Amino acid sequence: MKPLNKKMVRDLWHLRGQVLATMLVVACGVASFVAMKSTYESLVESRDNYYSHYRFADVFAGLKRAPRSAAAEIGAIPGVAEVEARVVAKVTLDLSDLPEPAQGRLVSVPETGAGHLNSLFLLRGRLLEPGDRDEVVISGAFADANRLEPGDQVSAVLNGRLRRLRVVGVALSPEYIYEIRPGDIFPDNRRFGILWMNERAVASVFQMENAFNDVVLTLSPGAGEADVIEKLDRILEPYGGFGAYGRSDQLSHRFVANELSELQVFGTVIPVIFLGVTAFLLHLVLTRLVNVEREQIGLLKSFGYSNADIGLHYLQLSVLAIFGGIVIGIGLGWWTGRGMARLYGEFFHFPILDFSISFLIVVWSFVISLGAAAIGAIAAVRNAVSLPPAESMRPEPPANFHAGFIESTGFQQMLSTESRIAARNLARRPVKALLSAFGISLSIALLFIGFFFFDAIDRIVMVQFDLVQREDVEVGFNEPRPGRAALELAELPGVRRVEPYRVVSARLRFASRSRRVGLIGLSSEGELRRIVNDDLRIVNLPPEGIVLGSTLAESLGVAKGDIVTVEVTEGSRPVREVVIADVPRELLGLSAYMDIRALNRLMMEGGTVSGAFLSVDEDARAELYSKLKRTPAVSGVGLPKAALESFNETIAKTLGTMTWFLIGFACVIAFGVVYNGARIALAERGRELSSLRVLGFTNREIAKMLLGEQAALTLLAIPIGWVLGFATSWLVTRVVDAEIVRLPVVVSVETFIFSAGIVVIAAAVSGIIVARRIRHMDLIAVLKTRE
Amino acid sequence: MKEQRQRSDAQTSEASVNAAADAVFQIRGVTKVYRMGEVEVHALKGVDLELYRGELVVLLGASGSGKSTLLNIIGGLDTPTEGTVVYQDHILTSADESELTRFRREHVGFVFQFYNLIPSLTALENVELITEIAESPISAKEALEMVGLSERIDHFPAQLSGGEQQRVAIARAVAKQPDVLLCDEPTGALDVTTGKLVLKVIEKVNRELGTTTAIITHNAAIAAMADRVIHIGSGRITEIIRNSEKKSPETLVW
Repeated sequence: MKPLNKKMVRDLWHLRGQVLATMLVVACGVASFVAMKSTYESLVESRDNYYSHYRFADVFAGLKRAPRSAAAEIGAIPGVAEVEARVVAKVTLDLSDLPEPAQGRLVSVPETGAGHLNSLFLLRGRLLEPGDRDEVVISGAFADANRLEPGDQVSAVLNGRLRRLRVVGVALSPEYIYEIRPGDIFPDNRRFGILWMNERAVASVFQMENAFNDVVLTLSPGAGEADVIEKLDRILEPYGGFGAYGRSDQLSHRFVANELSELQVFGTVIPVIFLGVTAFLLHLVLTRLVNVEREQIGLLKSFGYSNADIGLHYLQLSVLAIFGGIVIGIGLGWWTGRGMARLYGEFFHFPILDFSISFLIVVWSFVISLGAAAIGAIAAVRNAVSLPPAESMRPEPPANFHAGFIESTGFQQMLSTESRIAARNLARRPVKALLSAFGISLSIALLFIGFFFFDAIDRIVMVQFDLVQREDVEVGFNEPRPGRAALELAELPGVRRVEPYRVVSARLRFASRSRRVGLIGLSSEGELRRIVNDDLRIVNLPPEGIVLGSTLAESLGVAKGDIVTVEVTEGSRPVREVVIADVPRELLGLSAYMDIRALNRLMMEGGTVSGAFLSVDEDARAELYSKLKRTPAVSGVGLPKAALESFNETIAKTLGTMTWFLIGFACVIAFGVVYNGARIALAERGRELSSLRVLGFTNREIAKMLLGEQAALTLLAIPIGWVLGFATSWLVTRVVDAEIVRLPVVVSVETFIFSAGIVVIAAAVSGIIVARRIRHMDLIAVLKTRE
Repeated sequence: MKEQRQRSDAQTSEASVNAAADAVFQIRGVTKVYRMGEVEVHALKGVDLELYRGELVVLLGASGSGKSTLLNIIGGLDTPTEGTVVYQDHILTSADESELTRFRREHVGFVFQFYNLIPSLTALENVELITEIAESPISAKEALEMVGLSERIDHFPAQLSGGEQQRVAIARAVAKQPDVLLCDEPTGALDVTTGKLVLKVIEKVNRELGTTTAIITHNAAIAAMADRVIHIGSGRITEIIRNSEKKSPETLVW
C-alpha cells in the first residue's frame, strides 16, 4: 500500500465517529432514493404491463340504453381499435357476516369468459362459464376483506329481485386497480366490490337483451382521444349517453396516477435533502482535517508531491468515507422499497407487483452520492492545494475575533460569558453556522411534512365526517323515483329524519371549456348533508342558481356571478343557462350543487328524488339494514361511519408506518449535523476548553460552553425548519390532484411541537455523546502544546 | 458564602502571624511512574518538599527533569503514583476528580506558556470568566490594572501581543485571589524584554497580594528573583538554594 493510502485509512479510522455519522446520512439519502425511485419504476412497469396485457380501455362511457347495433357504429369511428359494449349496474349485496348492506358494481362479461377489454386476471377459482345465470367472479380486495372464496354464496338485489349468486372465482381487472366507490376518497373494500357476471345473465335480469348501457374502447395508435370522445358522445346522445371520458378521468387510473406523481416528487425531494446534508457534513469534516494536517500537507509538498496528488488524496478520502454509506443505502433502499411496494399492493391491486431495482438506479445512486461528496470536498481540497508549503508548515494563526455585529448592538451585555463565547463563535463563521442550522432545520422540515399529512387528513376526516356527511345512512334508488319514495323511507325502522336528494349527470360548459359532473340537488334547509367551505363555514344553498366547488370553477375558468350552460345528459336532457351563485372552497371532488326544487324545475319533473340521507336510531340499525338489503328500489347504501372505521384500519396504519420512517430519517440528519458540529468544535476548541478545566471549571460547565453553540444552532433551526416544512407542505398540496382532494393547508400545534421536539431530543442525545469526551481531555498536554 | 469568606479571611490573618514558617504544601515521598506502552517512565523518584505561604520559588530544571510533573501534581492536575501531597488541610493524593476540580477552582491560579486565553472573549471577559466562578475575587478591571492593561480591556486575544496576552493570563490567574499561583514557563514564548515585563507582574502579584508563587523554567537566569530555587534533575530534587538577596526582574539578564 502506498504511504499516502495508509495515511488515508488511518485518517478515516481516526475520524470514524464523524465518518459514521456522515455515512448514515448518505445511507438514508441513497435508501430513500432507491426505495422511492424503484417503487415508482416498479409501479409504473407493473401498471403498464397490466394495462397492455389485459387491454385496459382508453375511453369510457355510460349511457341509458342503446341497441347492440350502436356498438358497430362506435367501432367505425376513425381511431377506435376495439369496442366492448356491456351492461353495468349498481346492486345491493347481503353478506352473511356483514350487518349492513354492501354495494356492488355488477359488470357484464362476454360469453368468452374474461372479457376482451379490461379483461380479468384470475386469482382463485375459475372464470365464468357460458350460460350459467347465477355465477359471479368477484374482485380480489372485496373477496379478501369479506373472506369470500370460490364456492361461497352472496345474496344480491338485482333489478328489484333478490338473487343468490355463486362465487366461482376471484379476479382482478385493470379497470379497478384502486377499488373505490365513485364519490369516495378512501377505499372501503368491506362494503364495496366488483362482480363480473355473464353478459346474457345480466342482460336478462336487467332487460338489456341485445342492448348495452356502458361502453369501453381502445384507440388505435396515433388516434386523437378528444376527437373520438366527441364522436362517441354524438353517437350516444340519442341513447342517453352520460358523456364519454378518457383514462385521465377514469377513477382507478386517476388515483394511481396521482399516487405515482406524489411518489416521484418525494423520491426527488427527500434524497436531495439528504445528499445536501451529506455534502455539508463532508465539507465540515474535511475542512477540519485539512486544517489539522496543514503541516503534513506542507511537508508532502516540500517533498515534491504535486497539488494534484494532494487534491486527489483528500477527494479519495471523502469518497471512501461515504462509499460504505452508498452500499448500505442500496441494501436499505431495497428492503424499504420492497416494504413500500407491499404496502402499495394493499391498495393497488396488480396481478404481479414485482419490486426490482434497476441497474440504472444503482448507477445513479453512486453518481449522485459521489457528486455530493465531491461538492462537499471541493472547498477543503482547494484550501489544501492552495497552501504554499512554507506557510502551511507554520501553525494556523490564532482564531481571529473582533468586536463585531453583536458588540455593536450592546446585546452582549445581556449574555452570560458562556453565551457570549457561543455567540461569537457562531458570528465568526456565519456561513458555517447558517449551513449547520439549515441542515438541522431540514430534519425538522422532514418531520413537519410527515405530521402535516396527519393534520391534513385529520382535517379532511373531520370536515367530511363531522360537517359534510352527517347522515347515518345514505340510500340510493336504482332509478329516479317520485318524492313519496323518500317519505316511505321514513316508515322504515329507526329512521328519525329523511332528507331526499337528486343527482343528475350533466355537462357544464363555459366558453370553450366543459366538465362532466354529477349535479346534486340538496334540500336548502337540510342538515344531514351540507356544503362546507375550507374555513369550516357552512355554505347555504340559494333557492336559485348553481353552486360550484372552487376546483371545478377553476377548471372551467368561472367565478361567482358567471353564467354556465348546464347540459343534462339524462332524462329529457334539458339545456339551461344557470347563474353561479357561490364558489365555496370544498376539500373533496368536483361538485356542483343546486337546491333540489330548482333542480327539479330545471329537469321539468315533479318532486323526483334519486335517494335520501337518513338519520337513524342507534338501536334500530340492525333491523333497518336487513330491511334495506331486501328493498328492491334500493341500489346502494352508504355508511359514512363504517367507511371512517375502515379508513382508520387501513390508511391510517399505513401513514403511521411512513411517519416512523420519517422520524428515523430526521433523527439521522439531526444527529449527524449536531454530532459532527460538536465533534469539530471540540477538536478546534479542545485546548481552550482544557485550559478552562485546568482553571477549575467542571466538566458540566465546559459541556455547557461547548454545546451552547450547538444548542443555539438547534434553536435557530426550529423556526427555519418550520418555515421550510410549511412551504414544502404547501407545495405538496399543490402536487396532489386537487380534483381528487384539495389537501387543506392546516397545521396543528402538535406538528410544530413534535417536529421541533424530536429533533431537539436527537440533537441533545448527540450532544451528550460528544460531551462525554470532555472527561477524556488531556489537561496536561494543553499546558505544553500550542495546537 | 459570607461565613466562608470570613473564615478564610480569619485563616489568612492567622497565617500572616505565623509568617513564612507556615507550609502551604507538604509533599512527602512523591513518585510518578508513567506507563508508555511497554516502557515505564519514572518522572519523579521520591520528592519531599514544602512550599511556604507567601514565598516565590523557582523550580529549575532541564526539559524532562520532572519539574512539570511536579507542578501538575501540586496544581491538582495529576496524581502521584506514591507519596502524599497535603495542601493546608486537604490531602490531594486521596482526592477524586471533582474534588481536584474544586481545589483548582478555589485555590490555584495557573499561568501557561502559551497563555491559553479564550479567543472569543475580550481581555476583560477572559478575566471575568474566572471571577464569575470564584468565591472572593477582586474585580476583573482591578486585576487588569494590576498587570498594566487597563487601556486594553476590550481587545480580543488576536488583537494583543504575546506579552499582553500573558499579562491577561496572569490577571485571570490572580483575579480570584488564589492561595497559590503556578506558572509553567511563563516567558517561554516571549522575547527578553516582554518576558521581563511579565516576570515583573508576577513578582508584583507575589509581593502585593502575598500569593505563594511557583515558577517552573529551564531558564537559570530567572532563579535570581526567587526566595528559593529548587533544582530538579532526573526526577529528584538535587538542590534547594535560598537566595539571600532577591533580584528585581528588570536586572535579570539572559
